[in-house]
Amino acid sequence: MTTGRPPVSRKKQREARAEQPLARPALVPLSRSRYAGRVSDEFLKRTPLFAKHQALGARLVPFAGWEMPIQYKGISLEHQAVRERVGLFDVSHMGELELRGERALELVNSLITNDIARAADGQATYTCCCNERGTVLDDLIVYRRSANDVLVVCNASNRDKISAHFAAAARGVCEFEDVSDETALLALQGPQALAVLNRAGVNLDLGSLKTFRFAPGTVAGIRCVIARTGYTGEDGVELFCAWGEAVALWEALLSAGRDAGIEPIGLGARDTLRLDARLSLYGNEIDETSNPLEAGLAWVVKLDKPNFSGKAALVAIKERGLERILVGFEMTGRGIARHGYPLCDSQGREFGLCTSGGPSPTLGKSIGLGYVPLTSSAIGSELLVDCRGKKIPARIVKTPFYKRK
Amino acid sequence: MASPKEVKDDRKYTKDHEWAQAAGNELLVGITAFAVDALGDITLVSLDVKVGDTVTHGKTFGTIESVKTLSDLFAPVSGKITRINSALENHPELINEDPWTKGWMIAIAPDADASAGDLMDAKSYADHLSHSDH
Repeated sequence: MTTGRPPVSRKKQREARAEQPLARPALVPLSRSRYAGRVSDEFLKRTPLFAKHQALGARLVPFAGWEMPIQYKGISLEHQAVRERVGLFDVSHMGELELRGERALELVNSLITNDIARAADGQATYTCCCNERGTVLDDLIVYRRSANDVLVVCNASNRDKISAHFAAAARGVCEFEDVSDETALLALQGPQALAVLNRAGVNLDLGSLKTFRFAPGTVAGIRCVIARTGYTGEDGVELFCAWGEAVALWEALLSAGRDAGIEPIGLGARDTLRLDARLSLYGNEIDETSNPLEAGLAWVVKLDKPNFSGKAALVAIKERGLERILVGFEMTGRGIARHGYPLCDSQGREFGLCTSGGPSPTLGKSIGLGYVPLTSSAIGSELLVDCRGKKIPARIVKTPFYKRK
Repeated sequence: MASPKEVKDDRKYTKDHEWAQAAGNELLVGITAFAVDALGDITLVSLDVKVGDTVTHGKTFGTIESVKTLSDLFAPVSGKITRINSALENHPELINEDPWTKGWMIAIAPDADASAGDLMDAKSYADHLSHSDH
């Protein structure tokens, strides 16, 4: 397959990855002097759409070893475009792993907390992948093509770790292939997403493609896997295609979406959109110090499933009872909660940690997610967010913050 | 919104993309169009100081936040705060709309011995910007 990849050596790629911390870094550096600095870096990888992003005037930043667009016209504008119309995302930095063979399903199922034995062929399943301590190595979407053909999509920040983890487990059990470097991924999200996809020309009946189902097909004549999945809280699809065909697919979708007011969307709005919908971000809500039960992801942990990595630890955690739990809050005082800020009780005593926060362009409010003691997690409870030394009041609210009608 | 590379001749600049404009005995302080462009939609200006407080050259006097970013604000000179722009409390977007005039943040009466030596003139700042790549 021909690809549009830059001439970066494998060795340099490995070195670039080695420099990445396991946790996903903050989306934007904190100091002005840093963001005003040069971002081009010969060790950063580029997706096949890099030149398209440049031509669209994107601000490109280092992210998990990649040089990615954080915004094009502005985070709020892009966020609202997805909520009200439709947006197109390049998420080709994500990792894709393929497992094939008679025992492929069994192998994948032994590494994840959810149960793809219960899934139908053509069904996608959101899951955690835990270590033996029951803490989270990554969150994944697992696509069951058939019982002997499974696609696993992992976070870019965890690609090396998860790729090695699955490769080691697959040895002698089933075939394993990391196809991340030849697989592009575009997300088309928003209330107009399916209409735009139809306009681009798709050979599937989208009405029969339910949420979290996927099928092979063509879009604008380009072979894709079309999945009714996303990370925005809106309807939409994610499209996997060959690396070398991503530019043609991108152009076809932007062109088909022009009348609908489509916008290219950067990682900045991807983050504010997912926060509204209370979707976890690896490195923020979940990491190797947190477990899926306290993160509110018990729904993807099937403790009645035969043995899987982390099961014993998770059973023990459940029996012992949770000490802390992830809650959503909105600021009632003037301040913005951010990842890493301490959370305090109403007396000002530190008792938790903010995992994500920011102003929601949809809600016009400043919202956040964070861990608090289970005993202080009731909806309506007041807390204080320690915003760099200033304790600003907030209130625990129901999540998701935003749910589409 | 102003072009990100726009520079005004009537004031001085810091390398951190703040401007300081003499007005009588005061220096008005704000951030440049370049900083505004880099921040995006500004949602909160949080000042750690009030009128009468002293600030020290190079030390933070507050923070500015956009949808995604938080950045420190640094005092361009040492002195005493004489005024703050209270309109920003409820309308931080004024900085996006007009960083050069309505978006001023604080006014400082510089100390008698305050050195403005490391402030750049417009030409030096324009040169600084040409080396500040997005």
